[in-house]
Amino acid sequence: MSTLLEVNNLKKHFPIKGSSLFEKQDRAVKAVDGVSFHVNKGETLGLVGESGCGKSTTGRAILKLLEPTSGQIRFKGEDITGYHGEKLRKLRRDMQLIFQDPYASLNPRKTIEQIITEPMKIFGMPKVERRQKLDRLLEVVGLSSYHKQRYPHEFSGGQRQRVGIARSLALDPELVICDEPVSALDVSIQAQVINLMEELQEEFQLTYLFIAHDLSVVHHISDRVAVMYLGQIVEIGDVEELYANPKHPYTQALLSAIPEADPKISRERITIKGDLPSPSNPPEGCKFHTRCPYAEEICRKVNPVLKQVSPEGQQAACHFVKEVALEY
Amino acid sequence: MAAIPQTSPTPPEVPEQKTTATPKSSSLWLDAFSRLIRSKTSFIGLLIILLLLVVAAMAPVVATHDPTDQQLLDRYLAPSGDHWLGTDELGRDIYSRIVYGTRISIQIGLIAVGISAVIGILLGGIAGYFGRWIDQIIMRVIDILMAFPSILLAIALVAVLGASLTNAMIAIGIVGVPQFARIVRSTVLSVKETEYIEAARAIGAKNNRILFQHVLPNCLAPIIVQATLSIGTAILDAAGLSFLGLGAQPPSPEWGAMLSDGRAALQTAPWVVAFPGLAIFLVVLGFNLFGDGLRDALDPRLKQ
Repeated sequence: MSTLLEVNNLKKHFPIKGSSLFEKQDRAVKAVDGVSFHVNKGETLGLVGESGCGKSTTGRAILKLLEPTSGQIRFKGEDITGYHGEKLRKLRRDMQLIFQDPYASLNPRKTIEQIITEPMKIFGMPKVERRQKLDRLLEVVGLSSYHKQRYPHEFSGGQRQRVGIARSLALDPELVICDEPVSALDVSIQAQVINLMEELQEEFQLTYLFIAHDLSVVHHISDRVAVMYLGQIVEIGDVEELYANPKHPYTQALLSAIPEADPKISRERITIKGDLPSPSNPPEGCKFHTRCPYAEEICRKVNPVLKQVSPEGQQAACHFVKEVALEY
Repeated sequence: MAAIPQTSPTPPEVPEQKTTATPKSSSLWLDAFSRLIRSKTSFIGLLIILLLLVVAAMAPVVATHDPTDQQLLDRYLAPSGDHWLGTDELGRDIYSRIVYGTRISIQIGLIAVGISAVIGILLGGIAGYFGRWIDQIIMRVIDILMAFPSILLAIALVAVLGASLTNAMIAIGIVGVPQFARIVRSTVLSVKETEYIEAARAIGAKNNRILFQHVLPNCLAPIIVQATLSIGTAILDAAGLSFLGLGAQPPSPEWGAMLSDGRAALQTAPWVVAFPGLAIFLVVLGFNLFGDGLRDALDPRLKQ
């Protein structure tokens, strides 16, 4: 398996302008603060974390919809961090995005046909080919060709998301970044869209970076999972291994919060206290120490780095990996 | 561990059909239109505008006399069966002049507002979309334009360009630019942050394409409202310029010019000024009522 996407120490800080004229020091919201991971060709990497932890910002920075503050993004072995203008536009063919909100991500003034064929038009595909491709895309995402002339507001959420998926596939991308593609949908529709995405992955050999906060969905679709907390990855590894044997206290707490379908099973829930600290003023040391039940002096001073915790390659960023793992 | 909810094992094609079962395709504009004519005031406005358009189109049929034909023996005749609205100081039929005047007024309204809209949309769109220094420069120029009282600015422009109806329209058009630019800019600012604009960028669309095909079409509603309201103002301003002798030149049957010509006889023959004045009033009222109704109809907050 070859590496398709490699992200090294990616940072995205949003500057906050000083509120007063004399406040010289410009602060910043550190939405993404040193994230590194790779995605292999054909696999799905799930990126999970609570709201505001920088998942979506990571996805958008990779697509260069947001300019990364620092770090490196390598796509197919090429450093694309500095790409802009025409070079960046060409890159868009290979990297696409599926949006979270199917209501907001489709232009209300365009028909389904116009929405799906626009990427092809931009990259100069002849009209006849566009028509054929449109029919094929509608078919694979499960829409009928009589939907072509309709406007987005005439569709349900699930159908709109199918349109969004068809649009993202119009250019035959290799990598699709899915930004919470099902979180705005009803649970029954979620399953359909997820299954559709899995079918499409097989058919078009797609690689997914699947951003979500729903751990069940991520478990279902991912090959590997990365857990983010406050702009950093705290644990990453193979999905089965990580779900069965989480090493980081934050991952453990997250996993224990997944609702169980059987009410008779009683389980101990790990509750984390307090709120997510502000990313404009993150805590010193380990970012999780303010809410971590195991936090010690060292956690308040030194930010732990990701280190291998299992022979299969699972990595976690915690000073007390061994002790924490035993208690789970 | 809970797997993903599999409550609905049906194949993807079967469900969700319910919402699209009706073949009727309703557009946003149709919705707005039905709301528009349901409102009494905007319906009246629409009727006035339609009446105006019909009169303008059929002027030779509707008029009873030649609007420029002088009958010096028949000066200042009161309204009668032959001259429905009386005659003016040169014995011309006021009714016919008003009828032909609708053509000029519509022409002024459309052309002047067209000039304002095209320039205003371009400037406002560019300022709002690109932001930064371009925005600063454009909006400061707009601010300067706005600092002048509009009629004064129009007079100054006509003074430079020379007094004629064409120049009056250009002047009124330029005076109306700031309103369009500001409205378009503010709408663009909100539209450009939407996800479908980000989607357009993600599929590799260039700035031109995004601005003209995605951003501006979604700013149409406030632009249309502004245009409708501006037509009334433009007609009023043009009448004002003509009244001052800076717009339509004699013997053109322009309403403002008619007011100006008749004001000497205001006490002895009030119909000479009363009827053109009423015509201006009616048309401006019509466009304002319609514009207000449009604003309500297109307001997304009222949409259910």
